[in-house]
Amino acid sequence: MDIVINISSSVCLLLGSFLCLTGGVGILRFPDFYTRMHAAGVSDTLAAGLILAGLMLQIPDGIVVLKLMMILLMTLFINPAASHALAQAAMRNGHMPVLKKDENIEGVEQSNP
Amino acid sequence: MIIAATLAILVAMILAISRGIVGPTFYDRILAVNMFGTKTVLLISLLGFVMGRPEFLDIAMVYSLINFVSVIGVLHFSDSFDTKYSQPNYIQDNEASKEDS
Repeated sequence: MDIVINISSSVCLLLGSFLCLTGGVGILRFPDFYTRMHAAGVSDTLAAGLILAGLMLQIPDGIVVLKLMMILLMTLFINPAASHALAQAAMRNGHMPVLKKDENIEGVEQSNP
Repeated sequence: MIIAATLAILVAMILAISRGIVGPTFYDRILAVNMFGTKTVLLISLLGFVMGRPEFLDIAMVYSLINFVSVIGVLHFSDSFDTKYSQPNYIQDNEASKEDS
């Protein structure tokens, strides 16, 4: 039983680390602000969830698992709210996504980046 | 395995902060700082497990709240701050209206 818990914890931690690395590469290499926000959002929610789940499997102590679940809950509420506010503020202040030439948003002329 | 996850998070933090330094627009920097803060929360929890002191989780909780409040505060500030003309693909209303007239 112990070895099953250890292996599943390791798998969760490794998947979370992989998603963290892909999010870091994505935030550095994507061409546009909104696509970068997609990479950051993926690594913020799913990687945090997987790493915290992997930590929860490591220790059978009750209060530690409760605190980890609190952190997970706060992460799952806070990060989408922050991403939404960021995208809304960028859109409201006139920051347009980079599109192809004939794929403009309705009624808005795309200026050259 | 915990140490490998810690190293991966450190690498991701370095990549995020380099985007924050390079970032061409104001919002790229806020995005990088937000991602950096989230990764810091994970790093503090993992370091608590590495050092064998799970009391660090309290600090991680407080840090995630501070991160959220700071990002929302800077975004409110960005509405009154003139970030518009520092952006590469801003829709240039004024120049377009000048060309029309």
